[in-house]
Amino acid sequence: MSARDRILAKLRPFSGSTATNAPDVATWFAGHRPRESVAEKAARFRHFIELAHAEVHAVTPASWLATVREALRARGIDKLLVAEGTPHGEAALDELPRQGIDCQTYDLAIEAWKSEMFNATPASLTAARAAIAETGTLILWPDAKEPRLMSLVPPVHIVLLDTTQIYNTFFEAMTVEGWKDGLPTNALLISGPSKTADIQQTLAYGAHGPKELIVLMLTEDAQ
Amino acid sequence: MNEQTLHFKPSEGFRGRAKAVVDNPFLRQSFRGAMDFLMSKRAAQFPDAEELESLRTLGESIRQYNLAKLPTLLEQLEVNLTRNGIQVHWAETPDEANAIILGICQHRRAKLMVKGKSMVSEEIELNHAAEAAGLDALESDMGEYIVQLAGEKPSHIIMPAIHKTKEEIARLFADKVEGVDYTDNVDALIQIGRTVLRQKFLEADIGLSGVNFAVAETGTLCLVENEGNGRMCTTAPPVHIAITGIEKIVEKLEHVPPLLSLLTRSATGQNISTYFNMISSPRKPGEKDGPSEVHLVLLDNGRSQAYADEQLRKTLQCIRCGACMNHCPVYTRIGGHAYGTTYPGPIGKIISPHMLGLEATATMATASSLCGACSEVCPVKIPIPELLMRLREESFTAPHAKPAMRGQGAGYSAVVSGIWRGWAAVYRSPALYGMATWLGSRFSWLMPSKQGAWTSVRVPLKPAPKRLRDMLRERG
Repeated sequence: MSARDRILAKLRPFSGSTATNAPDVATWFAGHRPRESVAEKAARFRHFIELAHAEVHAVTPASWLATVREALRARGIDKLLVAEGTPHGEAALDELPRQGIDCQTYDLAIEAWKSEMFNATPASLTAARAAIAETGTLILWPDAKEPRLMSLVPPVHIVLLDTTQIYNTFFEAMTVEGWKDGLPTNALLISGPSKTADIQQTLAYGAHGPKELIVLMLTEDAQ
Repeated sequence: MNEQTLHFKPSEGFRGRAKAVVDNPFLRQSFRGAMDFLMSKRAAQFPDAEELESLRTLGESIRQYNLAKLPTLLEQLEVNLTRNGIQVHWAETPDEANAIILGICQHRRAKLMVKGKSMVSEEIELNHAAEAAGLDALESDMGEYIVQLAGEKPSHIIMPAIHKTKEEIARLFADKVEGVDYTDNVDALIQIGRTVLRQKFLEADIGLSGVNFAVAETGTLCLVENEGNGRMCTTAPPVHIAITGIEKIVEKLEHVPPLLSLLTRSATGQNISTYFNMISSPRKPGEKDGPSEVHLVLLDNGRSQAYADEQLRKTLQCIRCGACMNHCPVYTRIGGHAYGTTYPGPIGKIISPHMLGLEATATMATASSLCGACSEVCPVKIPIPELLMRLREESFTAPHAKPAMRGQGAGYSAVVSGIWRGWAAVYRSPALYGMATWLGSRFSWLMPSKQGAWTSVRVPLKPAPKRLRDMLRERG
């Protein structure tokens, strides 16, 4: 008998011996979490992600690239990793090189340039798929165009978020979007820059992931 | 590295280890401060008592529902992970788990493994086994990295280096990390760790991680963390091996949000961790990063023993938040190392006997005042004091033919049991009771002045010169 069969044989006789009413998760959330307007959700999202030390900018389709440029300039960074083939990546590629920012693309598998990714990639730009107001959380589904390490290795991570895509809760996000019917290789929730309190409970940012998280909250109304 | 071997007896030497910490004012202060900090952070996350209570009830019902279906869910998880391209392995014992992991490493001719925080890998003493096999296994969680550099073990399941001051860590880095000068600036220390470990993430052949929740319906492994080292270990190296206990499984994806909320709020007082990492497959064709191989090792190691008993099964509801230790008056005073087990504190006392047998852990359940703080804060309502009472019974009753636990009766003593039987007989019979108290009052001078542990901090017990019934008779 394999270890698998031995373990299952030890468990099976006792399976189902306690109360097995299916937990009603939906009712709990309906009774305990507010359903807010787009503006309220945006405000709540911003409050919590700022508490977690993210830098947040309200931007418009006309202004966001200028905000990216300013954020990089303020940090003395002249190089940005972008995702070719995405609308925001293409927009950055069109605009930023003219402004003196070298736009690097993730066009090769990581094995071909791992050392450069780790040692010479100061900043990256990705989109968020959506966000969660309750906890100030960005939802990313990295894919072939915008791979996983883009939001992890560069010390500065800039994220573009469509403000209309904010859910009240994580539960709402996964049920409305039907996640159970198909998850990507990697689905990610990000709620601030990387941090640790492992030395004497003292909070320090930039443990292993990005030291800085810059969130651009995109709204249509020009101001 | 680690000095303790797998099959040692935590019960032996417990008193000495506990006393050493109680006598050390620096450690006492360290733990007291850290526990106060964690308790207040947790309390701030649960301002609404009704919300907390109903969420705990939901958490409890999710865990109990999933445990009731455990064998079916394990098979469903295996089917869905396999369909997604993740290879599933089963291990009954720590030795089997180590053999599986090292087998994968040898097959890949791996030299360096970077590890995300995994208490199950501590439970199987993977670092030991890796070292013996000539594989470099490097901890990458900052706390675990510090503890590994110091040649120690974690003293807390969430905050591994909680027993160390920043000055100690500063000296440790200056001594052990090449080219580093002494600094006790926490930001600078973290940057030192970051620099060393980034190079290792880049070079590593294998990334190892634990699992917080495994979702059966989607075939997904979920990891909770703040630092990003968990994402590094599961994304940068060409192979990712995850290891988890068989109980960490939920049937439905929708079971995850309530448990995640309970976990991060109870553990560190965060409304959510910085990262929640959900992995459902290795790198797919066309994708440019991520491991090409993902493995999951499912470990039993005594969990099936707890499962077989309806009361003991509640032990497996645990989501490893550590709130029970943060609120435990015993843990706060003696720290994590005194227990001598991978999992310290209240949860350690109720889970370790299933892993190590009661022979090795007979007295662990007695190191408790049964104050109940642990079960009051437990996010999934494990009745820890009830389980401690049950474990005492399992340890100290005479060995019988159909024990629920390995090592049942290991703490049994015929003399002690005889004394208690006599005591019970005396208290059941008014005549015997009268005689015994009469003898007691006449011969109280026979009581020794040293009465073992009792007199170490108390005056000796001595029967009163007059019995209550005599005094009442005199008063008429």
